[in-house]
Amino acid sequence: MSPPLLGVVEEEGQSNVTLLASPASAESVCLNGLELKERNYMGLSDCSSVDSSAVSAASDERKTSLNLKATELRLGLPGSQSPERNPELSLLSSAQFDEKPFFPLHPSNDGHYSTQKNVVSGNKRGFSDAMDEFSESKFMSNSEVNAMLSPRPSSNMGLKPGMLENLGVQQAKVKEIVAPKAGQERSHAANETRPPHNSSANNSSAPAPKAQVVGWPPIKSFRKNSLATTSKNTEEVDGKAGPGALFIKVSMDGQYGSHGAPGREMLSESKLKDLLHGSEYVLTYEDKDGDWMLVGDVPW
Amino acid sequence: MNYFPDEVLEHIFDFVTSQRDRNSVSQVCKPWYKIESSSRQKVFVGNCYAISPERVIERFPGLKSITLKGKPHFADFNLVPPDWGGFVYPWIEAFARNNLGLEELKLKRMIISDECLELISRSFANFKSLVLVSCEGFSTDGLAAIASNCSFLRELDLQENDVEDHRGHWLSCFPDTCTSLVSLNFACLKGDVNLAALERLVARSPNLRSLRLNHAVPLDILQKILMRAPHLVDLGVGSYVHDPDSETYNKLVTALQKCKSVRSLSGFLEAAPQCLSAFHLICPNLTSLNLSYAPGIHGTELRKLIRHCRKLQRLWILDCIGDEGLEVVASTCKDLQEIRVFPSDPFVGNAAVTEVGLVALSSGCPKLHSILYFCQQMTNAALITVAKNRPNFTRFRLCILDPTKPDAVTNQPLDEGFGAIVHSCKGLRRLSMSGRLTDKVFLYIGMYAEQLEMISIAFAGDTDKGMQYLLNGCKKLRKLEIRDCPFGNAALLMDVGKYETMRSLWMSSCNVTLGGCKSLAKKMPMLNVEIINETDQMDISADDRQKAEKMFLYRTLAGRRKDAPEFVWTL
Repeated sequence: MSPPLLGVVEEEGQSNVTLLASPASAESVCLNGLELKERNYMGLSDCSSVDSSAVSAASDERKTSLNLKATELRLGLPGSQSPERNPELSLLSSAQFDEKPFFPLHPSNDGHYSTQKNVVSGNKRGFSDAMDEFSESKFMSNSEVNAMLSPRPSSNMGLKPGMLENLGVQQAKVKEIVAPKAGQERSHAANETRPPHNSSANNSSAPAPKAQVVGWPPIKSFRKNSLATTSKNTEEVDGKAGPGALFIKVSMDGQYGSHGAPGREMLSESKLKDLLHGSEYVLTYEDKDGDWMLVGDVPW
Repeated sequence: MNYFPDEVLEHIFDFVTSQRDRNSVSQVCKPWYKIESSSRQKVFVGNCYAISPERVIERFPGLKSITLKGKPHFADFNLVPPDWGGFVYPWIEAFARNNLGLEELKLKRMIISDECLELISRSFANFKSLVLVSCEGFSTDGLAAIASNCSFLRELDLQENDVEDHRGHWLSCFPDTCTSLVSLNFACLKGDVNLAALERLVARSPNLRSLRLNHAVPLDILQKILMRAPHLVDLGVGSYVHDPDSETYNKLVTALQKCKSVRSLSGFLEAAPQCLSAFHLICPNLTSLNLSYAPGIHGTELRKLIRHCRKLQRLWILDCIGDEGLEVVASTCKDLQEIRVFPSDPFVGNAAVTEVGLVALSSGCPKLHSILYFCQQMTNAALITVAKNRPNFTRFRLCILDPTKPDAVTNQPLDEGFGAIVHSCKGLRRLSMSGRLTDKVFLYIGMYAEQLEMISIAFAGDTDKGMQYLLNGCKKLRKLEIRDCPFGNAALLMDVGKYETMRSLWMSSCNVTLGGCKSLAKKMPMLNVEIINETDQMDISADDRQKAEKMFLYRTLAGRRKDAPEFVWTL
């Protein structure tokens, strides 16, 4: 059986190459760097060829270059194929806004981009075709947008500013991966569905952010939906909701409505406009940069 | 061989309750087969398309209780389009037509319509128990029919279903004469319920032992209900949105003091942590605690609560408990057998627990044998330690939020870690893996996982060999589900006879082609090989070299199913 060392390196392809080229140094890295010597099940010991710190450094670079690209508002087109319900679509925005506490639960929050570095790297086993066919239509979370009906656009509604940025940056990173493959912006941005093939992503500047994958993590939709709803409701009651404001999640592809809104019907721009027609409220939304936009400014 | 009259044999067989044992009994000889079949009351059908209802009725005319499962497991994660199938109506219609005395119906991942619910309520005079898990297709109107017409209903248990809520008064449909309820679970309903009707129902149900409320039942009603039902064994709390005023809170405490029988607690669907201390009263007797739908309860509150739960056997929680919280669990819950740690923030992809929590649990809880663990990262060293600590695992499901993440310390694949688990845990029946995994882990599984019945794989393996090791090695494999792995036709076709020994195989986003699937279908007429085709381009005469994006195959005695939608091709 070929040593696992080689297998790992072929796949990761990026920063490990230099280490492998000098096996002697790899060995020494192993002995110094590891507290635990791993033994494989056959009783032979393997040494890690990868110094994890080297990989982290690389990903930090990627992280900074990515942040600059977080400018686009991406929304799913009404026409994008989505044969099944996609509660994840709106859940992404709501879950992120509502689940993440003000202060990180654990220190890795800030560094979470770097822990995501290896998502893509694992993936390469030469089935890029399978990946290419990965159904774009199922992508969840095209709506990084929470539409809010509000007379005062500045009300915060329990949104945590940091999270919006996270969201924005995260999506931008995913987009970053997608763009070279797609060639052009796909406005329904549906294909951030899977970790792209390593070799096709540009190795020099290729970020390896976490891409949202359909059906991953494997959690029942019912559970995902419930978490999103209950946490949002808890927050509102905690007093963070502004007076007179109504929080509605808009999903371009799915049929998710919240509290007070029709559960199963699709909320579309025209429906919302109808709802508001003649009232003092204006339909606005906050895009992922935190800017307030009037509906109608951007063609959806 | 001694001669026993049939009645004696039947009486003896009554003591044989597990379906597997009864299956064995029926294979001993023809007379035993006949007697066993005619006397079997409880039937389990793991795949509703594996056999026709008529055949089941023919073999088991005394059928009173049936469990049916429909959609493939990965349907839970949106990998199966909504109209794929799993309709229960044909079964109910057949039972009704044949005058079966159906009393219990349990469904999982099936589609049940309001019409079907109504048919059930009208066709089976002794109908006692309806348990629906992860089902859909019905509304509260169907529930109203059940409530209205099933005079002897004991159990209505709705778990995680997608129910269209017409906010009708289905609860009021239980007639005043209905006093037989033992178990009522409507926690998954999204709409309001008639609270007065609920109170009255509880008041006239002296046998009520299990009650799980939905979010629409507020604290003050809960307190009143508890006063009326102090013998509850299983309680699902509804909503805890508001801080109770002190009077309500005191009343709640009083009510809880009377509930000395509660052993299982769940819910807190919209929880403000302040109320939790009232529940510290019942924690010492709890054997089951499910707070996995309570994101409002944070780490510190959770830890406080858990410290009182010394008798806990089953715990479902969110990862906001943190590694630290799991250490509290490990030091407090020495009777713990099953734990599930769900991510509270699955989208951004940060789980608040790591390998540290897992190791703590394995070391502190000697009876732990079943785990579902969503975490941020894992290491081989941790898994090896867990395997050493806990060779008694029967179910081991690990989900790293980043599906291809290697060992967080060494960056190696997690082959060795999972290898240790399958090597050490000789009774392992169910396994789910994640993280960076090569063909090697499958070699280990094939070699060591002798009792393995179900395995879920995602983003793992390098070549066909991976899947081949698995199919070759695991003799007891029943369910195999694979997504996004580089396994192709060579693996699929290596041992086609194997699939008849299994319930089903799911492969999506792998390398199997239409041609490979067709070839398999041709060789194995007793299998339904279904392709789920969601793109418009492909049609059945398409190039056989095209990848089959989603394939689901299962053994069946019923032939190809007639209710397959157009996007499902049975080859």
